[in-house]
Amino acid sequence: MTSLINANNISVIRQTKHILKDVSINIADRDFITIIGPNGAGKSMLLKCLMGLYQPEKGSVTKRKNLKIGYIPQRMTSNNSMPITVHGFLRLRKKNNENSLQNTVDEIGIEKILNKSLSVLSGGELQRVLLARSLLNDPELLVLDEPAQNLDISGQLSFYRLLERIYKERNLSILMVSHDLHMVMASTMQVICLFNHICCSGKPSVITKDPEFISLFGNDMANMMSVYQHEHDHDHQHTGNEHA
Amino acid sequence: MNMLDPFILRAIAAGLGVAIIAGTIGCFVVWRKMAYFGDSLAHSALLGIALGLAIGISTYLSTIIACLAFALILLWLQQKNLLATDTLLGILAHAALSIGMIAISVLELRVNLHSYLFGDILTVTSIELWWIYLGGFFVLLMIILNWPSLVLMTIHEELAKAENVNVYFQNLLLMLLMTIVVAVSIRTVGILLISSMLIIPAATARHLVNSPVAMAITASILGSVAVLGGIFLSMELDTPSGPSIVVTAALLFAILFAFSNIILKNNN
Repeated sequence: MTSLINANNISVIRQTKHILKDVSINIADRDFITIIGPNGAGKSMLLKCLMGLYQPEKGSVTKRKNLKIGYIPQRMTSNNSMPITVHGFLRLRKKNNENSLQNTVDEIGIEKILNKSLSVLSGGELQRVLLARSLLNDPELLVLDEPAQNLDISGQLSFYRLLERIYKERNLSILMVSHDLHMVMASTMQVICLFNHICCSGKPSVITKDPEFISLFGNDMANMMSVYQHEHDHDHQHTGNEHA
Repeated sequence: MNMLDPFILRAIAAGLGVAIIAGTIGCFVVWRKMAYFGDSLAHSALLGIALGLAIGISTYLSTIIACLAFALILLWLQQKNLLATDTLLGILAHAALSIGMIAISVLELRVNLHSYLFGDILTVTSIELWWIYLGGFFVLLMIILNWPSLVLMTIHEELAKAENVNVYFQNLLLMLLMTIVVAVSIRTVGILLISSMLIIPAATARHLVNSPVAMAITASILGSVAVLGGIFLSMELDTPSGPSIVVTAALLFAILFAFSNIILKNNN
């Protein structure tokens, strides 16, 4: 198994505060990794470091040469002042020919909204469009930052189902920040629980029994999405307590 | 008066040049909600003009320098994160305008202040035309070369970063281009009305088109129509040229806005 991205003991320090502390993570072919953690745990920063958008103060990140990454941001606030159709957005800064664009559009099932303006799309439709865009250059790794955070339950379900299908049908790895662990349980191979440092990691079934995980997220899986303000019964040794 | 008098031809040439670049850059002003920034930039231009007249260099050059300095100070203060951007702009813009006025008065510069504030397109000289067209050519070239990156960054900055757009550079570039547009537009519509040339044509174009490129082109055309109409109005009725251009642009907006509303309703 070759490694797509390998981060070795990376630390991000801002104003004496450790946003990330000695985080090591390896992403290999066909991995499906989900990162969870409370607000301010450094999840988005970790993604930035892994994608090479931020240089960590300590440690190193090595990427496979010419690694193609598709990125799906948290959400897109549709800007009504710019007239642009889904089709125009998918063509923007992409070199795909019309055929391969059409294939991806069919794969994601957005042909019906192709000529709609971005500003009239629903949250779920926007996330699908972003997903389609990220797939256009045939990425080897998909990076998703809380992709379903702003969707309702049925929107979340159908988005994750789509993601699962893409993982099965395409030869790619997935790295995702998500709190909807109960929805991605079946497909996620590895869960990393982050709170400035890696608290624990492993298969979902194993990780839910880990004492550190339980202390971070509580015993009840169903509570997971609302347990951002939890009590600590152990010391995480973080210099700053960021989560609000 | 003859429509083919040299000074009228120069006025038309200057106005069209300004309309084309202002329409294009104006789209970014509308998309990125930079209207107040454009206005502030224009306010700081008076300081640049005073500077240029005082040390005897081209007021175009000194305006670009002053506006750039203004933009960089703003960037620097923004990064300190002390106050909201519009508050900072309010402080900087009016300080710059006032310092400019004081400089003009203290240095006893011989300035037709009115023509700088509201523009005087009918007195544009050939050298000024060079400034407009060279500056305009540079602005258009940069916009065309960086178009996909600029548009993507405007839609979603994080996404653009992830797709390897140098967002920091593109932001600086956009500021530089706006500075140039402001500097070369002053003689056409004046400091106080420049932002209207940026905003009104772009806003008018918004609901007539369905792509960013089409919006930029349409805004440029609408701006050009406003310039021609304004110059004609100014000559026929002997009204001030700058305000006449802006009024024409506003009328176009009102008419086409009503028109596009009808179209939208019929489509739904």
